[in-house]
Amino acid sequence: MRCELITIKVNGEERTLAVAPNRTLLNLLREDLNLTGTKQGCDDGDCGACTVLVDGRPVLACIKLAAQCDGCEVTTIEGLAREGRLDRVQEAFWHEGGMQCGFCTPGMIMSSYALLQRNPHPTEAEIRQAISNNLCRCTGYTKIVAAVKRAATFAEFTQR
Amino acid sequence: MARYIGKEMSRVEGIAKVTGRAKYAAEFRVPNLAYGFIVSSSIAKGTIKSIDTREAERAPGVIRVFTHLNAPKFRNDPQDRSFRALQSDRIYFNMQPVALVVAETYEQARYASRLVKVDYNAEKHQTDTEALLASARDPSHGRGTRVRGNPEVALREAPVKVEAEYRIPIEHHNPMEPHAAIAFWEGDRLTIFDKTQGVYEVRRHLASSFGIPEEDVTVISPFVGGAFGSALRPNYYPTLTAMAARELKRPVKIVYTRTQMFAGHGYRPYTIQRVALGADRSGKLTAIIHEAVHNTSSFEEFDDNTTGFARQVYACPNLRASLKIVSTDLHTPTWMRAPGAVSGMFALESAMDELAYALKIDPLQLRLINYAETDPESGKPWSSKALRECYLLGAKKFGWEKRKFEPRSMRDGEWLIGWGMATGVWGAFQAPAAARITLRADGTAHVVSATSDIGPGTYTAMTIIAAEFLGLKPEQIKFELGDTRFPRAPLEGGSMTTASVGSAVHGAAMAIVARLLDLANRNEDSPLKGAAASDVELLDGRLQLKSDPSRYVDAFDLMKRHNLNEITETFEARPSREREDYAMLAHGAQFVEVKVHSELGIVRVTRIVEVTACGRIVNPKTAHSQEIGGVVWGIGMALQEATEVDHRYGRIVNPNLQHYHVPVNADVLEVETIFVEEDDKIVNPLGVKGMGELGMVGIPAAIANAVFHATGKRIRELPITPDKLL
Ligand code: FES
Ligand code: FES
Repeated sequence: MRCELITIKVNGEERTLAVAPNRTLLNLLREDLNLTGTKQGCDDGDCGACTVLVDGRPVLACIKLAAQCDGCEVTTIEGLAREGRLDRVQEAFWHEGGMQCGFCTPGMIMSSYALLQRNPHPTEAEIRQAISNNLCRCTGYTKIVAAVKRAATFAEFTQR
Repeated sequence: MARYIGKEMSRVEGIAKVTGRAKYAAEFRVPNLAYGFIVSSSIAKGTIKSIDTREAERAPGVIRVFTHLNAPKFRNDPQDRSFRALQSDRIYFNMQPVALVVAETYEQARYASRLVKVDYNAEKHQTDTEALLASARDPSHGRGTRVRGNPEVALREAPVKVEAEYRIPIEHHNPMEPHAAIAFWEGDRLTIFDKTQGVYEVRRHLASSFGIPEEDVTVISPFVGGAFGSALRPNYYPTLTAMAARELKRPVKIVYTRTQMFAGHGYRPYTIQRVALGADRSGKLTAIIHEAVHNTSSFEEFDDNTTGFARQVYACPNLRASLKIVSTDLHTPTWMRAPGAVSGMFALESAMDELAYALKIDPLQLRLINYAETDPESGKPWSSKALRECYLLGAKKFGWEKRKFEPRSMRDGEWLIGWGMATGVWGAFQAPAAARITLRADGTAHVVSATSDIGPGTYTAMTIIAAEFLGLKPEQIKFELGDTRFPRAPLEGGSMTTASVGSAVHGAAMAIVARLLDLANRNEDSPLKGAAASDVELLDGRLQLKSDPSRYVDAFDLMKRHNLNEITETFEARPSREREDYAMLAHGAQFVEVKVHSELGIVRVTRIVEVTACGRIVNPKTAHSQEIGGVVWGIGMALQEATEVDHRYGRIVNPNLQHYHVPVNADVLEVETIFVEEDDKIVNPLGVKGMGELGMVGIPAAIANAVFHATGKRIRELPITPDKLL
């Protein structure tokens, strides 16, 4: 199988990579770039653990081919904290206890981050809608919803 | 007064988790890694007639295809009958591994796996427990067969009785992280990153499978993305991974697909129960007969002690509680969150509700009438039991007194409203566990134990306990786990980690205190002269007399004076003798409101109040999370979860998250969890009991009871899907 050259900006850094046509964006991130913060929960588009932002939109990296991302800008969980400072969504998940095993957490955070980017003051229904694609087997969701609410109120972090 | 125990603390590993830095088994960087992909059988029983791997071997990137014909044999271990793959041509269950393709990339291995051609001699299989009841047998260990009093006669003579059968389907844990391992060898020494609830168990399993000393195997598992029992027993992929790595002389990684998980680690068994209850007219139980049957595999015996806890819930002089098993052509079941207890209590607590209606007594009242003041099984006193307080507080918070007794008596437009309740019960187990503490003269401490943290918050709980008893701040403690180079700890299962490992950390801290006191008292004019170790404590670097903190020695100066940069103590904590004189359980009461759509049969769980009594709470923040998570597992079990087997093919037909339904956020509305703390000096030095499983135990019954109250329909077969209510 012939590899294709793609150029892709990952967490602000431009990379040119040779990818097999059947390489998913998820495996490109995890195996080629060692960005294992993006999780593989099902590899089937069912669980949301692999959620990343492609050009600002939440996307399931396990059902997106890397070759489709040529010229795109990808943000993963590793790209949220700046200068060692957690993003407000990360901060809120931590303090609200919106995680247990932590495996769904990066995907949850990316979905929530994308929501707050497009809608800084979501209602609870909008929050639940935004993370409806993300399964969590541990927390029972209540503290995750609370974390996103709390993130929305962190005014000091909002402008960045 | 505790400084940290009992106070809310955010997870110490939280930053690693929210930044994606926490490394799970599949995520370790190992150079020259090859990727394995498992090929699974398409029949449930028979033999492999022929297997053709030539095309797969020619596919790009493929390094080797292992089958039973070329894979080395693992050592036979009579102590460990767990399934090992590629050992013969025999097929014991559908989706059993028949080949392992190893290639340079994951995609290449996966592609080539489709090119492996297998021909079978299929034999007649049986995967349906219902069809095998005539062959039900006692488990060979003979536990739980003791009969109390004369239940048959008591039931016959009881003025009021109920009797029914209850069914629970196969369920799968479905942690969000798929099972995975990366293995590599250095000479005859094996290192493996694995998803496991017990690194020592995996080590023993691997050492015995390969016939090498345990010391030559290192198992590393710092983060586990949920497990719920699915990573308790040694599964077959670690041996496969290690075998391939050894044969190919390079590191190999295997990750289950979501589908492979359904035949890769066991499941909650298919369980049929019969409960018969007899009572006098006042509601006092006179007879309990509780019989269960569930399936196991054809090659291994497993039972989850379905009726075990149910023996200890109600005061009743006549009881028989048994469990039988049948052999099916499925993989072996295993422990799944609240194993046995949640199944047994679904039946018993549904039956109690049926009895309440037969007697026309409020269901909560019936529980109070039959409250067990001492352990009905052993006659021993409880080490502590605040179940009555749970019932009463829960009822008050929920507003139970406003409940109308009659079914179908509450309504909200098209929605029928039902209120139900049930009791939860779990153990207060403790197993031997060891921990090691290194206290450094710079005022920090390193604490290690080979336990695991599958999500409950073990890292944080142990940090809190170490900080408490070393008198340091949590930031000064570094706790590590999940590594066989650390002192031995039991499996993280049975909700016993805080009790077991916490006691070890406590003991190691006490040993550090004793060591420091000894150093201090080598000095003739030590202000602590004459004090025993139990008279002193460490607090912010001072070794001080508890009764008079003005008499102290600066611990870190003391170490420096003795030219000690650090001191290390290892402690093994064992359950105390005293425990034997008591019965020990954790309890809870659950109150549930459901709304059932009168036309569509849809059930919404609109409100849950769960009150639990499980000793002392180390970290309320993570503890509540555990209970909420347990409640939501109960919702899933009650309303959604079922692994469907097509018995014609002996094959699971919904092995994915699209068709196996776990609760989503829209299924979870109002959940309130409350703790009634118990001051229990008997269970262990910390006074903690198990809570991780407890949270779900009564929920399926409480929901089923609420559904009955809403609709007048008694659903005795889980899950309660709309078709059963139409
Ligand atoms: S891994 Fe992509 S949705 Fe599950
Ligand atoms: S925290 Fe474990 S899956 Fe969400």
